[in-house]
Amino acid sequence: MGEVIFAADRISFRYPGTEGVSAVNDVSLSIEAGELTGIVGPNGSGKTTLLRLLLGVLVPCKGEVTAFGRPASGWKRRELARMIGVVSQREEPAFPLRVRQAVLFGRYAHLGPLGSPGEADNAAVERALDRCDVRHLADRWVETLSGGEWQRVRIARALAQEPRALALDEATANLDIRHEMELFELTSQLVNEGRFAGVLVTHQVNLAARFADRLVVMDQGTACAIGRPNEVLTRDVLERVFHWPVTMTEWRGWPQFIPLRKDEFER
Amino acid sequence: MRWLGLIALALVALAIGVAVGPADLSPSTAWGGLLGRGDATAITIVRDLRLPRVVLAFLVGGSLAVTGAVLQALVRNPLADPYLLGLSGGAGLGAVVAISLRLGGAWTVPLAALVGALLSIALVYQLAVVSGSVLDTRVLLLSGVVVGAFAASIMGAIMAISTAPEVRNALLWLLGGFDAASWRALGVFAAYAAIPLVVIYRQSRPLDLMSLGEEPAGFLGADVERLKRVLFLAASLLTAVAVAVSGIIGFVGLVVPHAIRILWGHLHRALLPAAFLLGGALLTAADALARTAFAPLTLPVGVVTALIGVPLFVVLVRRWAK
Repeated sequence: MGEVIFAADRISFRYPGTEGVSAVNDVSLSIEAGELTGIVGPNGSGKTTLLRLLLGVLVPCKGEVTAFGRPASGWKRRELARMIGVVSQREEPAFPLRVRQAVLFGRYAHLGPLGSPGEADNAAVERALDRCDVRHLADRWVETLSGGEWQRVRIARALAQEPRALALDEATANLDIRHEMELFELTSQLVNEGRFAGVLVTHQVNLAARFADRLVVMDQGTACAIGRPNEVLTRDVLERVFHWPVTMTEWRGWPQFIPLRKDEFER
Repeated sequence: MRWLGLIALALVALAIGVAVGPADLSPSTAWGGLLGRGDATAITIVRDLRLPRVVLAFLVGGSLAVTGAVLQALVRNPLADPYLLGLSGGAGLGAVVAISLRLGGAWTVPLAALVGALLSIALVYQLAVVSGSVLDTRVLLLSGVVVGAFAASIMGAIMAISTAPEVRNALLWLLGGFDAASWRALGVFAAYAAIPLVVIYRQSRPLDLMSLGEEPAGFLGADVERLKRVLFLAASLLTAVAVAVSGIIGFVGLVVPHAIRILWGHLHRALLPAAFLLGGALLTAADALARTAFAPLTLPVGVVTALIGVPLFVVLVRRWAK
């Protein structure tokens, strides 16, 4: 399909001080432009570690990660920030900040050390504010935003970076259904129209099945299934990974699963 | 407009600093002396005693304020300050050790102070890393205060037992003061402080990003590990050379950036130079107060900044803890 943005070739990673336990174990995958990839799996299965390896924050102990045709850890952070926009799990500004300024931070990797934002930078900020529907919040203090608004602002900031890849790590974790759906919709639209690669780490397997072009199912550090949602989301895979009985159903061609109650599977 | 006000404030502080002092010169005599008119004594007092003292106080105040602003961004805590983080105490200990070993030249004491500052910030970090690798900034400040107090007690012990004559004079110096100011001290300070000040200013944008947290800052293009190394080194050097020429002066680095944050916001490209100007003005004024409040006796200027700074610290802590 499109250009390969991220490629992992049999990568393994172990956090220092954890003897014998690999957080990511022998994973290979490639992520292409124009494609939304969902990384799903239970807590502690290595989803976020895999994302950090792809983003060059962590360096694999074995194997190699390439981002944009080069070893991911070989890029300077500044160069990567012009190509990848990331919405990470935790972020709390230590000092008060207005929304427009927060989005302008997305342009910092494009500016010289002391240069002022130029026309192109301001235009990118305004476009991103519009695209994520947060223009009306532009002059608000970040700390006064709701969780959903703040996540949209952070996506706007990632867009202002004018990246070729967008990565979201549990970005919908604390959001209600409407805001969660809005965020999934926005991400998949951005990937489709921007032709950039999208990577979504999420707990929401059912939503990932409907929005993602491809799923990576993580289980104890290994990618136990990679492929189109209707190929990989089977009862067998889900029960093995989540250690809970499920039943499968379907919504307009997408596999959806329902975790069973105890009396439903003990009979 | 804000900038003009700040520059005017700095100039007024400098003018007051030159005009007042234990020697009873009228302001017009002092100004005459500065311009080389009037009697020789007045010219000497103003040009060789007051002027270097006032300029040194200004530069030290500005540097301490910039250091405070940098530390606040690096540890993501608005209460950070070279004094509260133990940097000043470590620098003072390094200086006292060098002097008691009779290694204390004008150019070597700042380097000994730098070693002390770096050791103390490393120790403070070690103490603050509780439960794995997570840094708790509240514990960080606590460790800073503890390490600072520990360094002060070792300094006290060295002063009590050392036979080096300069060490016994160091007591007043370690409470902070500009009595030893000279053109030479000013030259030493300017030479050591220029590079870290430029280095810090060039990192204004990455410092903005640091306020979001280390990981988000990295994703927006900041090379966080390198930034921390470079900036802790620069902050330690500024603190060390400030302590070497004027002793331990607390709270300028805390109070000044805080005031500037209210007026100028939190972007370092404006925050840093504004903090430098206000810090310089504040310490120059504090030194003028220290020289005149009990004239002809001089208060240590660190006492004056603590008397102003501690009540403000109490106010800030209460606001921050909410």
